[in-house]
Parts: sequence; C-alpha cells; structure tokens
Amino acid sequence: MVFHLDKCIGCHTCSIACKNIWTDREGTDYMWWNNVETKPGGGYPTRWEDQVNYKGGWEVRGGKLRLKSTGPARVIPNIFHNPTMPSMDDYYEPWTYKYEDLFNAPEGDDQPTAIPISMVTGEYIDVEAGPNWDDDFGGSPVYAENDVNLEGLPEEVRQQMFEIQRLAFFYMPRICNHCMNPACVASCPSGALYKRGEDGIVLLNQKGCRAWRSCVSACPYKKTYFNWSTGKSEKCILCYPRVETGQAPACFHSCVGRIRYLGNLLYDADRIEETAKQDDLDLVDAQRDMILDPHDPEVIAQAKANGIADSVIKTAQESPVYKFVKEWGLGLPLHTEFRTLPMLFYVPPLSPVLSTTQGGTVRNDSDDLFADIEKARVPIQFMGKLFAAGNDGLVRYALRKQYAVRMLRRHLTVGDIDLETAQRALQEAECTQEEADAIYKLTSLATFDDRFVIPPAQREMAIEMLNDPLEHKKSTGFGFREAPQRS
Amino acid sequence: MNDFLLFVVLPYLALGTFFLVTIQRYRQRTFSYSSLSSQFLENKQHFWGSVPFHYGLLFVLGLHLAGLFIPNAILSWNAEPARLFITEITGLAMAVVALVGVVNVIVRRFNFSKARRVTTTSDWVIYLLLVVQIGSGIYVAIYQGWGSSWFATNAVPWLWSLFSLQPDVSYIASMPLSVKVHVVNAFLLIGFFPFTRLVHVLVVPNHYLWRRTQVVLWNRDRRRIRQAK
Repeated sequence: MVFHLDKCIGCHTCSIACKNIWTDREGTDYMWWNNVETKPGGGYPTRWEDQVNYKGGWEVRGGKLRLKSTGPARVIPNIFHNPTMPSMDDYYEPWTYKYEDLFNAPEGDDQPTAIPISMVTGEYIDVEAGPNWDDDFGGSPVYAENDVNLEGLPEEVRQQMFEIQRLAFFYMPRICNHCMNPACVASCPSGALYKRGEDGIVLLNQKGCRAWRSCVSACPYKKTYFNWSTGKSEKCILCYPRVETGQAPACFHSCVGRIRYLGNLLYDADRIEETAKQDDLDLVDAQRDMILDPHDPEVIAQAKANGIADSVIKTAQESPVYKFVKEWGLGLPLHTEFRTLPMLFYVPPLSPVLSTTQGGTVRNDSDDLFADIEKARVPIQFMGKLFAAGNDGLVRYALRKQYAVRMLRRHLTVGDIDLETAQRALQEAECTQEEADAIYKLTSLATFDDRFVIPPAQREMAIEMLNDPLEHKKSTGFGFREAPQRS
Repeated sequence: MNDFLLFVVLPYLALGTFFLVTIQRYRQRTFSYSSLSSQFLENKQHFWGSVPFHYGLLFVLGLHLAGLFIPNAILSWNAEPARLFITEITGLAMAVVALVGVVNVIVRRFNFSKARRVTTTSDWVIYLLLVVQIGSGIYVAIYQGWGSSWFATNAVPWLWSLFSLQPDVSYIASMPLSVKVHVVNAFLLIGFFPFTRLVHVLVVPNHYLWRRTQVVLWNRDRRRIRQAK
C-alpha cells in the first residue's frame, strides 16, 4: 500500500466509505478503521504516537526483539486489568441527536432543538471531542501543539511551524498498516489475530477473541479497536471480500485525490526479526532491503519453489508499491521506530512554494534549486520523525526527487523553467528523465488498473483444497451464521 | 427429603447443566465465549474491582480444589497449629479481598452509566450469587472455624460420593446452616455458569505462554498448487 500525501486533499471520503460499509453498527460507532489526521495534530486516539504513554509496539531489550508491554510475562498477570489500555475517553464518546424532539416537542415560543445524546448510554452528552476534532487546526496552540513529533525539535523549527503567516499543515490518512511484524498478532493471548500468508492481510477471528484487550494496547498505531457492545476487538480487514474478488478496498476505490496505490511485494520473511532489530536510523533501509526484486530470476525461482503462483509473481512485477518504495525511494513507512515493519508507505508531501512579492511581481526567494524544501513550512525534521524514525535524509531524498519531477513537468508544460535547470535538478535528485516520466505518469495520470494491481486470490483453489466444492453449492455469504450477541 | 433435593438432585442437575450447556455453547455459539470486559468504557475504578476480585477468588478457589484433590496433604499440613493458622488466615484474608473486589465491581457497574449500559440481567444475577457465595464463605470461616481441616474430612468425602455416583448425604446433613447455604449457592453458581459470561474461565489463554510469536495462516496448500501443473 502507498498513500501519496502530496495528493491528499483531506476530504475524508475514504473514512466515510469505510464507515458506511463496516463500522456503522452499535459498538463500532466510535471506530474509524480509516481516519484522516491533520498534521501537525494530536491524532486519533489523542496522541496515539506517544508510546511512553501507550507502550505499544516492539523494543529491543537485551539484544532481543520484544513487545513493549504486551508480551506473555506482562499480559498474563495483568489480564484482569490492562494498565496500557486506552479508554473511550482517549477516542471520543459517539453521539447522535434526539431528532424526534424536533417533531414531538409541544407547541411553544421557542424553536425545538435536537439535543446531543450519547450513543452508548442514550443520555444527554456535552460533546467535547469527536472524529477529526482538530481537522485543519494545523497551527493551533490547543491542538497542533499536542503533536508528539514536535518533541525534541529545535525551538526555531517549532516556531517556524506556528508562525501564523507561514502556517501549513498536511493530511495523513491512516488505516491498519498490515505490518510484516504485527504487534497485535504477537500480543493476542488467544491467538485470535493472524496474518494471512497469501496476501498479508491481518485479520481478527471474531470467534477466537475473548476480550483480553491486549491487541488494543499492542498496536502502536491504535488500529485495533474494542467493540464495547459485542466484547470483541475489531480492525481494518482491508476489505478482503473485495480484494479476493479483484476489487480495490472501499477506501482505496473511493479516494477522490487518487492518492492510494495497492500492490503486492515479495519479501523474505526470515529476515523480519533481524530487520526489526536495526537501529532507528537504519530501519527504513533495512525494510527496503527485505523487499525482493520480482524481476530477479533467482527471486522468481525461489518464489516458485516456495509455492507462489505465477500470477502472483506477475502482479508483484507490476506492483505500483514496488516502484514507489523500492525503485524510486519515494515511499516511507510511518513511525518505523515502532518496529512492526508497516506495509503502508507514505510519499511525503511537498509544502507550498515559497515566494515573495516585490513591486507587484512574484519572485522566488532563493536561487538554490531546492531551497523550498529546506525552508518548507512543514520542516524536514518533523517529517523525518514521522516517516523515517529521524533519518531526515530519506525524507529529503523523496522530496527533492518529487520537486525535480515537478520542475521537469514545469519545463515541458509551462516553459518558464529551462531544460538545463530541470535536468540539473533531476541530476541532483538522483533521478533520470525516464524515471521522472514514470513517476509523473503513476502520480498524475495513473488509471484504476495502474493504481490497483491486485494478485488473484485463487479462492477456487482454496475451496478445492479445504472442502468439497459441491458442499458450497447454493450456500451464500460469508462470516456469521449466528447473530453476534453478547451472551 | 429436602437434603436429598439440595445435596443430591441439585448438584447432579447443576453439574449436568454445566457440562452439557458449556459444550453445546462452545460448539454452536463460539462467538459468545468472551470475558466481555468493560474496561474500555471505564478505565479507573475497573482496577479496584476486577483485580482484587479475580486474585482473591482464584486463591480461595485454589484452596478448595487442593482440599478436594489432595485432602490428606492439607490435613498433614494443618497438623501443626501454626500452619493451620496460616492456612486459615490467608484464606480468610483473600476471601475478604475478593469480597471487596466484587462489591467494587457492583458499585462501578451501578454508578458509571456507560458500564451499566453493557451490564445484562445475567450479570446482575452472577453478582448476587457471588456476593452470597463469598459472604457465606467468610461467615463460615469466622464462625465455623478450622474449615480447611473439616472441609477435607467431612465435605470432601460427600463430594467424592457424588462424583462416584454413590451419593451419601449423611456427611453434609449434620452441617450448620451457613455451610449449607455456601454449598447450595455454589451449585447454583455452577448450574448458572454456562448461561453467563463466566464461561470465559474455560477459555483462559494458557497457550500464550508457549505458542510461537507470530500467527500466519495459509488458506492454500502452496506446494500442491505448484505441483498441479
């Protein structure tokens, strides 16, 4: 998965698509398997990135990779009360309005109003938080200053971000990262969470979940949610019923800015632990190293020997994710220092061009080609903390390359940048003209089939392997054959 | 006659219900096996109810099971007065801890509207049964002293007579009322158990201690796919 943040317009269409399909039930009302955050901002649940508080993810302890707070030695004794469990107050209390009052109110001098009521208790509620409560409050001292990634930034960088004239922010949509090394799966005492071998989707067996709540603490991205009504955890399922039938997940499909790309990657699962143990600054490179070249004959031979179907190898070769992450070095994982090796990669966004007006004409601030990036309103250090565990160089590389591609396009379409300058920019950004063309095409002109290269699920094989196909004749649907009732 | 109903019919009915319904429920309504935690809705008082209740009850239940399965070991341990005191005092203390816990649980469930919202009728019935059970146990421990010994000599033979299908109520018939209340309520709890969230006791996640860290499931047999060509 790749989310191209330079294209995200923050419209929340993805969130709504997901909500309407999966989480409009009682108990899931507060859940947003897909949500869009304003950065800088506190996020959802509030300050989820603060692992000093939530203690999610992995850490290297005594040379070994261990769960920060949800390994067996911690979970079993704390099973009656999980000390690192967020509560509903960390998200928000879902509410609706008493609409019937608008119709049923007795005749009077005042207009009837619909008061907000809690969707949990049905009682009147003073709404103090909600989904996207800090939407667009990029420079707000109340909300944006809560951003965990601001900690440790030099004072002048912080001030730079909160200067009102230079105020800037960007949007960051988040779904489950379907990690290579998922902390939720490792932490589930019941073993109800699992990663599917075929497509890497992380799922939660609703019948196996016993509400020990460990996964909610373990996921450092807070993307497993506790259904307060059924007493089971739930999470993003990457719309697997859609993916299995060759359709893009709902949030990908509905994305207005077309920022989302889906494709498979071949990687060497034996190297997961060694990779996740690297130093912070080396984590991104180590994860990229794990991703194998699907064109390499040796890799293909090994994949075949391991039982990977030809069709899956073919989609890996055409995968847009491989191009963004491995070939172009544009895609970066979110908070890789949590060591779950997330499989959702973000292309960091460019900030608006810096220019000043003098005597009625607009001119660029500096002659340096990449000055805009170094002085960007959203500083590189901030994005380095988000997307590269502090390795700013990787963010700078991705931004410079995107900027160089823009300059080339500017030369070709507007013409106010000469070819020489554009080529110099490409050279400095370590990008060839062919690569720039390919980046431009996949970024701006990509069709549905370019953005979503979904490996065939081969369900017909699965059914044949596990059951008699005739047994499935005339049977319909999937999932529950019993109502999901509490007891 | 009453003794026969309470100490023969009721236990068999309760145990029969327990086994039949828990198995049937596990097979047909697996989804309903959950601890149904409400920690997510109220995170602070939860600690002071859930933790003392569970740890207190586990300890006391452990003592009962030890009496049931190794009565002679308990008796020889208790032969020394000092050790008898230790058993009695720790058992009583942990029972009080459990009682404080369950009272906190009830207060919390009642006071916090969000927690009350997810509390079902069967939950309230369990709380009532648990308070009676722990309360009567504490009463017995205080007023019918040295229970750790006479449980092993007088109550355990009756239990084993039940298990061996040769029920003998004479052991239990002469017991004081408080003990009888404790026993009858215990079998009510066992009989009611499979219809409530107490079933989460049966699915405690022991295997977390030794299973592999990550769980990866394949739906397809990869080798057969390759070889099929």
